[in-house]
Amino acid sequence: MNNLRPILLVEDNINDVELTLAALQQNNVANEVIVARHGGEALDFLYRRGTHEQRKEGNPVVVFLDMKMPKVDGLEVLHKMKNDDQLKMIPVVMLTSSREEADLVKSYKYGVNAYVVKPVGFEQFTEAIRQLGMFWAVLNEPPPNGH
Amino acid sequence: MTVIMLTSGAVLLLTCLAFIAFEVITLRKGMVDGLMTRSEIIGVNSTASLAFQNTSDAADVLAALKTDPQVIDACIYDENGHVFAQFPSNVAASAFPSALTGTGFHYTSSSLAVYRPIIQDGHALGTVYIESNLSPLTRRYHAYALLALAVIIASTILAYLMSRVLQNQISQPILALSETARAISRKRDFSVRAVKYSNDEAGALTDAFNEMLAEIQKLSSTLEQRVEERTAQLEAVNKELEAFSYSVSHDLRAPLRHIDGFVDMLRKTSQDSIGASGKRYLDIISGAAKRMGALIDDLLVFSRMGRSEMRRTTVNTDSLVAECISEMAQDLQGRAIEWDISPMPEVNADRPMLKQVWVNLISNAVKYSRDRSPAKIVIRSREAGPKEWEFSVKDNGAGFDMQYAGKLFGVFQRLHQNEEFEGTGIGLANVRRIILRHGGKTWAEGKIGEGAAFFFTLPKAN
Repeated sequence: MNNLRPILLVEDNINDVELTLAALQQNNVANEVIVARHGGEALDFLYRRGTHEQRKEGNPVVVFLDMKMPKVDGLEVLHKMKNDDQLKMIPVVMLTSSREEADLVKSYKYGVNAYVVKPVGFEQFTEAIRQLGMFWAVLNEPPPNGH
Repeated sequence: MTVIMLTSGAVLLLTCLAFIAFEVITLRKGMVDGLMTRSEIIGVNSTASLAFQNTSDAADVLAALKTDPQVIDACIYDENGHVFAQFPSNVAASAFPSALTGTGFHYTSSSLAVYRPIIQDGHALGTVYIESNLSPLTRRYHAYALLALAVIIASTILAYLMSRVLQNQISQPILALSETARAISRKRDFSVRAVKYSNDEAGALTDAFNEMLAEIQKLSSTLEQRVEERTAQLEAVNKELEAFSYSVSHDLRAPLRHIDGFVDMLRKTSQDSIGASGKRYLDIISGAAKRMGALIDDLLVFSRMGRSEMRRTTVNTDSLVAECISEMAQDLQGRAIEWDISPMPEVNADRPMLKQVWVNLISNAVKYSRDRSPAKIVIRSREAGPKEWEFSVKDNGAGFDMQYAGKLFGVFQRLHQNEEFEGTGIGLANVRRIILRHGGKTWAEGKIGEGAAFFFTLPKAN
C-alpha cells in the first residue's frame, strides 16, 4: 500500500474544488487532498518551493489536473511534470470539461495517464470521482518515492 | 506530305501519257507519210517499165529499197492487179495481197503497209505496195517510256525533298506550339512561352498563342490571389468557431455541473427542512441542468460533424449495420423486435460518420416503436439510378404527420413531447449533415400511428 500519500487536486474553480472534495469524502477516500488553485501553485507544491517550501518530502499518489486554468494551464503543468525526472512517474489524470479532440491528443502526447471528462450530472460526477479515487489512490501501486 | 507526293505523281503521269499519246499519233502519221512518198517515187520511176512491160527494170527500181532495212517487202502490180515485180525477189508472189486499188495504208501489230496507184497522164498503170516493219516506232516507244519513268522518279524525289522542307517550315512551329501547350497543362505553369520560328502564318499563330497565355496567366494569378484571400477569411472564421465551441464545451458545462452538484448537496444536507415540494423543485432544477448539458454536448457533436475532415474508405454496410445493432443491446433488452434486413452494397464513406447515421436511424426506429409488440424494423437498399444507392430504415412505430416532415431534420426540432419520447432532437440533423457532406439526400415518410420510414442516398464509388 502507499501509506496514504496525498492527492494533489489542481483546480481554479472554487465550486469544482468543493464538489470534488465532497465527492471524494462521500466515497470515503481517506487520502489527504492538497488543493492547488492554479498551475503555478501546483508546480510550487511539486517542487517544494514558494508557499510549499516547508512541506513534507514525497510525491503525491496522483495529480487530478484541470485543463483550463488562468496563467499556467493544465497542459503546461503536465508537460513540465512529464519532462522532469523527479516528477514524470507521478500518475496524472486530466479532469476537465473539455471533450475537444485537440486537448485529448495533446494530453496523451505529453504523457497523461488518464483523461476524464467531468460529467454534468452530479451523480455521474460523484461516481467518476469515486472510481478515480478508488483506482489511483487505493488500487493502483504508485512508483516508489524518491525515484 | 503524302498528299503532295500523290498530287505531283498524278500530274506527272497524266502529262507523260498525253505527251506519249501525241507522239505516237505524230510518229504513225509521219511513218505513213514517209512510206507514201517513197512509194510515189517508186511509182514515178517505174512508169516506163510498166508501160514497156519491163519486169527487170521494175525489179531494179524496187531493189533500191534494200538501203532501207525496215522495208520487209514491196511489189508493183500491173493494171490488172497481178504482181509485176517484187522485192525481195525470193518472196512468193502469193505473199502479197491481191487486187489492191486506190491509195491506202493499214497497220498490223508488227508492220505498216501502204499502197498507191501509178498514174501517168490520168491513166492508172498499176499499184505500188510497200510493207515496212515498225521497229523505229517501237524504239521510240521504249525511249519515251524510259524518259517518262525517269522524269517521274526524278520529280517524285524532288517533290519529296521539297515537302520535307515545307513540313519543317510549317509543322515544326505547330509541333512546338502543341508541345508547349501540353507542358503547360502538365505543369500548370502559365509563365512558359512558345518559341517563334518565323514571321509567317505559323509565327502569327505562335504570337496569338503567347498572348492568350499571358491573359490566362494574369487571370490565374488574380484568381489564386482571390482564393488565398477567401481561404484566409474562411480559416479565420473557422478558428473563431473552434474557439467558440471550445469555450462552449468548457465554460458552459462547468456552471451546469455546479448547479446539479450543489442541488444534490442541498438535497442531502437539508433533507428534512425542504419538504416535498422543495424536493420536487430541486429535482426539476437538476433535471433542467442535465438536459442543458446534453443539449450542449449534442450541439458540439453537431458542429464537429460539419467541421471535421472526412476520411473516406470502403465501408461494408452489412457489417456496419450489424455493429450498430449489437451496440444497442441495452436498449433492446426486453423488446420484441422483428428485424428484416436485406444484404446491402459497399459504399465509399467516412466510416465513423456513416455509423452515426445508422445509429441515429436505427435507434430512432427502436425508440419510436417501443409501444409495439412485436416491433418491426425493415432495413433495405436499392439502386436509385446509375450513380446512387438508396438506403431506408422503416418501423411500425408512432410515426409522424407528413405535414411536419420538413421539420424533422432541423436542429433541436422534435415532433414528440419529451415526456413521450426522450431526446434532444439533434440526431436527424446530424444524419442530414453527414449525408449532405457525402453528396447524398435525406427524406422521410410517415403516418401517425402506423410508422415512419427514413431514406438517404449515397453516391456509388466512382
